[in-house]
Amino acid sequence: MALETFKYDNKIVRNFAFATVFWGIIGFLVGLIIATKLFAPNFLGFIPELTFGRLRPLHTNTVIFAFAGNAIFLGVYYSLPRLLKTEMYSKFLSNFNFWGWQMVIISAAISLPLGMTTSKEYAELEWPIDILLAIVWIIFGINMIMTIMKRREKHLYVAIWFYIATFITVAVLHVVNSIELPVAFMKSYPVYAGVQDALVQWWYGHNAVAFFLTTPFLGIMYYFIPKASNRPIYSYRLSIVHFWALIFIYIWAGPHHLLYTALPWWAQSLGTVFSIMLIAPSWGGMLNGLLTLRGAWDRVRESPVLKFLVVGVTAYGMATFEGPMMSLKNVNAITHYTDYVIAHVHTAALLWNGGLSFAMLYFIIPRIYNTKLFSRKLANFHFWFATLGALFYVIPMYFSGITQSLMWKEFTPQGFLRYPNFLETVRQIIPMYEIRAFGGLLFITGAILMLINLFKTVKQGSLVAEEEASAVPFKRNSEKRKEGEAYHRWLESKPVLFSIFTFIAIMIGGVVEYVPTALIKSNIPTIASVKPYTPLELEGRDIYIREGCNNCHSQMIRPFRSETERYGEYAKAGEFVYDHPFLWGSKRTGPDLEREGGKYPNSWHFLHMKDPTSTSPGSIMPHFTWLYTQVLDTTHTIVKVDAMRELGVPYPNGYEHQALVDLQRQANAITNDLTKNGFQIKSNKEIIALIAYLQRLGTDIKAKPTTPVRDSILSEYSTKE
Amino acid sequence: MYNHILQSIEGITVYPIISLTIFFIFFVLLLYMVFSYDRKWLDSMAAKPLDDGSKEEHLNNRNPGEINNG
Repeated sequence: MALETFKYDNKIVRNFAFATVFWGIIGFLVGLIIATKLFAPNFLGFIPELTFGRLRPLHTNTVIFAFAGNAIFLGVYYSLPRLLKTEMYSKFLSNFNFWGWQMVIISAAISLPLGMTTSKEYAELEWPIDILLAIVWIIFGINMIMTIMKRREKHLYVAIWFYIATFITVAVLHVVNSIELPVAFMKSYPVYAGVQDALVQWWYGHNAVAFFLTTPFLGIMYYFIPKASNRPIYSYRLSIVHFWALIFIYIWAGPHHLLYTALPWWAQSLGTVFSIMLIAPSWGGMLNGLLTLRGAWDRVRESPVLKFLVVGVTAYGMATFEGPMMSLKNVNAITHYTDYVIAHVHTAALLWNGGLSFAMLYFIIPRIYNTKLFSRKLANFHFWFATLGALFYVIPMYFSGITQSLMWKEFTPQGFLRYPNFLETVRQIIPMYEIRAFGGLLFITGAILMLINLFKTVKQGSLVAEEEASAVPFKRNSEKRKEGEAYHRWLESKPVLFSIFTFIAIMIGGVVEYVPTALIKSNIPTIASVKPYTPLELEGRDIYIREGCNNCHSQMIRPFRSETERYGEYAKAGEFVYDHPFLWGSKRTGPDLEREGGKYPNSWHFLHMKDPTSTSPGSIMPHFTWLYTQVLDTTHTIVKVDAMRELGVPYPNGYEHQALVDLQRQANAITNDLTKNGFQIKSNKEIIALIAYLQRLGTDIKAKPTTPVRDSILSEYSTKE
Repeated sequence: MYNHILQSIEGITVYPIISLTIFFIFFVLLLYMVFSYDRKWLDSMAAKPLDDGSKEEHLNNRNPGEINNG
């Protein structure tokens, strides 16, 4: 066949490159701000939009979806057409993908500080943004698959398989985890509750790491390491095993995020077993990347691109060994809820995702601008800032995680907790928080050096918007597999079939994990004393979610003596059946709150939320002063009660007419109690609802009597049923 | 307690067995498949990223001596 000429679209590549740099720096900066808040809680004052609980999701969403997300598109839009020797299917769709994605990010950057959040980690965005995200993602998929269909290269290279798996799995994860019932614009409740919600969320959370932060970057590794070192990949055979084993096993391992929780034991063990198995494909992939460089190591010394790739892949190897270790129950008992997890995540995030993204930027920008990098020296400086920054970040965090965990668990010879005051364990690790912030500062400094370097590079070159290329198209005659043709080879020329197989591979793990939990729903032992939330508590719970309290406080007491001594009776699956969403949390920057109800009087909470140091000297919790002036918004209370009933919470029929009356009754009771103790406040303020919720926590199975007003509200549920 | 919940689900014991079977078959087939390939084709695939058909030689840097890696 004749040679055909076509053009690669470098403009869209440039757009994604710029967006990666821009959002990267913003995301790192928000990270530095919240890191600073942990040792200097007064930093930036107590502005509601800038509190830790609201900025932490902004940080994670910006670095994951904005920085890494744009980097993924950068890698795909650069490598996909070049591997297939064709232009992208549609420039319109490419641009839609770009601008749509930036819209998602901007909506997140506005809504998260405003407290509009679902509270589910890395899925905090509310339903309208969820829908937009789904549309943009599907457009990306269509554009990619149609490009594959009109390719000039018969076989799909391994990088493309990883891109396909990314597209399919993220779509499935996002849709399943975001099934929610809207109660207002930017407010919704998930259809799942308690244990089920937790399982779905961590099936999502785990696999979002797998298929958003791992598989696309493995595709990038498989393209850019050979490209930058000018060597073929070490073993293509290994890459086939790597791909299928990784996508097949990864999806089963989600429950390792929920060890020792109220999740059924068998699901926890299944998660652990598969996590250990994951070491094999992960390390196979890492070695495949590193061994590609054999005989080319001298070049690594010279080239910042290769340096970032090598350190990135090595960090990937470390993180994927550490992850399975952390899923062993005895290790998890120590690492979970602590800064150890933060260290683990940042080893991978800063060096693997960060490193690969930086490598791509240094590789691509000079090429599409038809010039050389402005300064190799500056890029090398960036490399050292990034690497040292990451070390200064993770080492103190490992140290602080283990220190704090051991302090939580230490008993005196008499059998009492050695550090019964949680704050003692916080004060101990404050210096570590300071060093961590310094590490973050180094990392950002490096990123700013990159910004300058790339800016200068762009200035000295000119964009080759349309890069001309030529290739001979392959013959599309035989649809059937030829006699003797190896199966996978044939499969690589069948993108649709390939995608279907990928879908099946990821669904097997998903179904095996999910079906028993779905069955268990009706099998969770019901605890007769567990009652739905009163309307005021429901509103208080939504304030708890809005302020992001779950970012620092868990509501899940594990069955360890050190935890039952400190927090009370361990968690039972049946306690969470009305929790839409579950609020188990994943980190204890502050103490667990599952049995907070009745622990302190209302007046304690009243003082504590206004200025935590007044009741807990040395506390690093923000001051929530606005809760004392803002009036509780009850316009949606009835809709919320209605929605909850639709989701299976047994509010009696017609209860919505009673809801606001009950809300006021309970608020008055709390206000009167506060007045009695010398604190003046109107009953319509938000703090009253939050106190109501906090006083409710864990009381369902506590023997202690609660307040008479609340009891009368609860008893109405049973009489009307 | 959890064992009890699990046992109360009818036919749950078949789950781990099905899982193990799927798993085992999956990997045996995968390994059989990859070892049945010819070397030449594998090598040609391994080198796919190196040629992107671009006419701009300096952009594509097929010559190892001239890698433009900043």
